[in-house]
Amino acid sequence: MDHREEDGVLDLISEGVIRAIQLILSGDPEVYGITALSLFVSISGTLLSSVWSVPISAALALRNFPGKRAVKGLFNALIGIPTVALGLCLYLLLSRSGPLGLLQLLYTPYAIIIGQCVLVTPIIVSFTTSALESVDPDLRTLARTLGASSRQTDAVVLREAHWGVILAVIAAFNRAFAELGVAMMLGGNIRNFTRILTTAIALQTAMGEIALSIALSIILLAIVISLSIIINLARKSPR
Amino acid sequence: MSRHLSRFALNRLQASILIVIVVCGIFLVAYTIPWLSVSPRTRLIVSTTTSLYETGFLDVIKTNFEAKYPNMKVSFISQGTGFAIQTAMRGDADMILVHDPPSEYRFLNGSYGVNRKILADNFFIIVGPSQDSAGIAGKSPADALRQIRSAGLEGRAVWVSRGDNSGTYSKEVSLWKSVGLSIQQLRTEKWYLEAGSGMTATLQLANEKRAYTLSDIGTYLSNFDKHNIDLVTLIQANKSLLNVYSAIADNPHNANMTRSNYAGAMQLIRYLVSDEGQQLFANYGVSNYGQALFQPYVSLAKSQSNQTLLGWIRELAFFQGSECPPQFRNNAGDLYLLRESTLTLPSSYVPHSSSWTWTIERRTAYWT
Repeated sequence: MDHREEDGVLDLISEGVIRAIQLILSGDPEVYGITALSLFVSISGTLLSSVWSVPISAALALRNFPGKRAVKGLFNALIGIPTVALGLCLYLLLSRSGPLGLLQLLYTPYAIIIGQCVLVTPIIVSFTTSALESVDPDLRTLARTLGASSRQTDAVVLREAHWGVILAVIAAFNRAFAELGVAMMLGGNIRNFTRILTTAIALQTAMGEIALSIALSIILLAIVISLSIIINLARKSPR
Repeated sequence: MSRHLSRFALNRLQASILIVIVVCGIFLVAYTIPWLSVSPRTRLIVSTTTSLYETGFLDVIKTNFEAKYPNMKVSFISQGTGFAIQTAMRGDADMILVHDPPSEYRFLNGSYGVNRKILADNFFIIVGPSQDSAGIAGKSPADALRQIRSAGLEGRAVWVSRGDNSGTYSKEVSLWKSVGLSIQQLRTEKWYLEAGSGMTATLQLANEKRAYTLSDIGTYLSNFDKHNIDLVTLIQANKSLLNVYSAIADNPHNANMTRSNYAGAMQLIRYLVSDEGQQLFANYGVSNYGQALFQPYVSLAKSQSNQTLLGWIRELAFFQGSECPPQFRNNAGDLYLLRESTLTLPSSYVPHSSSWTWTIERRTAYWT
């Protein structure tokens, strides 16, 4: 009985790399569509989250109130929330027979945006809070002595820590872009509608298309790494 | 840099990066927004079994159905039979497409579903390592399972189960039950592994462990073809391995399902039992694997050509003598009446007549 050769690991990886290059250069519409949707969903979710996360961080870093430490601790803990657990929780909320069912958001990209938005809020809050807290307190004192109101003082601190805020948002985007649980549960991985890079990778692996999965993973990593390089370049360049 | 940018103190590099990002953002939005735009098409959500999804057959259905009805947009959500049924119960899906008759009956009986139609059938297979340490090749499924267990207890064989409430798992449980073994008992034995995964992942695990497992034929062939696994088919096409696929629409009278797209679901069900839809089942797999992966049911029932197989299907997948007992039908119209029947009908037969003569005509049709 002849022994059938299964593809070795190195063969699969090199096949995956070649496939990735082919897919990118050929302008394969499905892959481009999936990538565009992935970026759209994660960027929207991150930006939406920062709308309330940054003010929350400002309140946490620059104000004093009872229970402040507990709140900070809570956000820190929620950074590591398992995505499937969050996905399940939001699924029950958005389900047609659930409280928000009349919005009929389930299995649409908007549900994924909402899910990722909730997912990354603790990340932005935690990182931004520590960035704001690490600003030299003398700066606040200086602003006050120059006659700044409390809101103007906050603005000064935020400007000073703006790179910390940007890095927090980037970290949040990376988390949203690469997560699977929320997108799968709330999006349903519907072709040409809610299929994003991570869910496509999961599907192709489940279908046994290993080389294609590796190709898509490479595309995902390439985007994340490029973003990191761009941000680093922008940051290090002299003012 | 010009004065009005000095507030942000951006140098050239930072400014150009910002411009690039903004331009990319504009392209991204322009690319994605058309997709998300509220389309006039009606949306149909079908929750299905993973084994149909992983073979790629659902894409074929979607393409053809949407080509025929351009105003429809079908979304298939694959979740495994257990969760698929739950999703439909909550009204998040408009219909189900599954292969687990006991769960389907519960779905109908709980007033969650109406108008069940059997679409197609094929057979599960028992696969395993080519050296077949438990010696099951060619035996009956019951004997094979007994032998696998005795070999397993001696440490010569391993079995991998789906372990996930899927249709395939449900079949596996009933097979073990038929040889007098319960899953609770098997779980305590070392040779019985539970993957808790989809079919491909389970096959790959079985492949790594050189183990036996129960698989649907489509997923097995597609993985074997891709050289992902080298397990071989040891037992096939037996009555106890029969696999019947059916579709059931959400019950429009159920409180949870008032937002379900009942009309769309019925449209898809009628399409799948039409000649065109059944042809999709008949053709799938022929070009890729040299064999059809499904036996369309409607033509089989029409022609009555294979009485043995029909008998098996009736035994496994009929409820109270019918694929859908009358109390679970809703405005079915001609759905349970085959138009071109080779049976001779009484000359007084008039289709679409008033309801009581309708019932009489239906009773004379033996195949319902």
